[in-house]
Amino acid sequence: MSESELTLSIETHKRVSVLTAAGRIDSTNANQLDNALKQLLEDGNANIVVELSGIEYMSSAGLRAIVAALREAKKKRGDVRIATPSERVSEVFSLAGLSALFVTYDDLTAAVGSF
Amino acid sequence: MGEKHILTVRGRYTNIRDICDFIVDGAQTSGLDEGALFHVELACDEACTNIIEHAYEGEDLGDIEVSWRVAKDQFIITFRDHGRSFDPTNVPPPAMSDLSVEAEPETLKVGGLGIHFMRTLMDDIQYTFDRQGNTLTMIKQMGDA
Repeated sequence: MSESELTLSIETHKRVSVLTAAGRIDSTNANQLDNALKQLLEDGNANIVVELSGIEYMSSAGLRAIVAALREAKKKRGDVRIATPSERVSEVFSLAGLSALFVTYDDLTAAVGSF
Repeated sequence: MGEKHILTVRGRYTNIRDICDFIVDGAQTSGLDEGALFHVELACDEACTNIIEHAYEGEDLGDIEVSWRVAKDQFIITFRDHGRSFDPTNVPPPAMSDLSVEAEPETLKVGGLGIHFMRTLMDDIQYTFDRQGNTLTMIKQMGDA
């Protein structure tokens, strides 16, 4: 009976920031992801890659955080792009009808280089 | 009709994982495959989140009773709560046009996604409300991931 395990790390490059998430994203901890993305945006980082290879499970709570970040990034003429989602996470994006909304890369270097 | 297995927990986000584990263990024992187990877990997660957010309108305001059983070729999950009437089957699907790449950023919305997941991932969803509260039944067809 505790928060699900989620670790977040941020790496900032010249033109893009990479937020790497690992573990599970659900209602207990989606606010951590939401806050991390909001902080990046508030700090002026509008080009963001969300690296999801270590995410084994994500509910709609995680999607809401990522879509909220996309909304803010677009306002700042930036973008949020997805790197290396697992099959399960890709299925969640697809189920939500969000696959077309996010540019997704199978390779982190390609995602970073896309900005 | 198969034996009914019941778990009751307080309506808190941190208890959702226990509910999902209880249901997924039952589904695995009953023979659902990996793909179906993921669908059941995600649907249960979203159902519990909705009970806390919409029926109880907050955490720690009541119990969630969840049960599973197998009948014929169906894995049947039932949620009961004592919150206000909330019928997820009556919520319109998300306006996917608002999620298109052409949409203005301000119009990007994801409300109703959890219910959309429940509808999409399960084969049938039924809802009733009485003086005891809400009852939500979700059915996954066995051998049909």
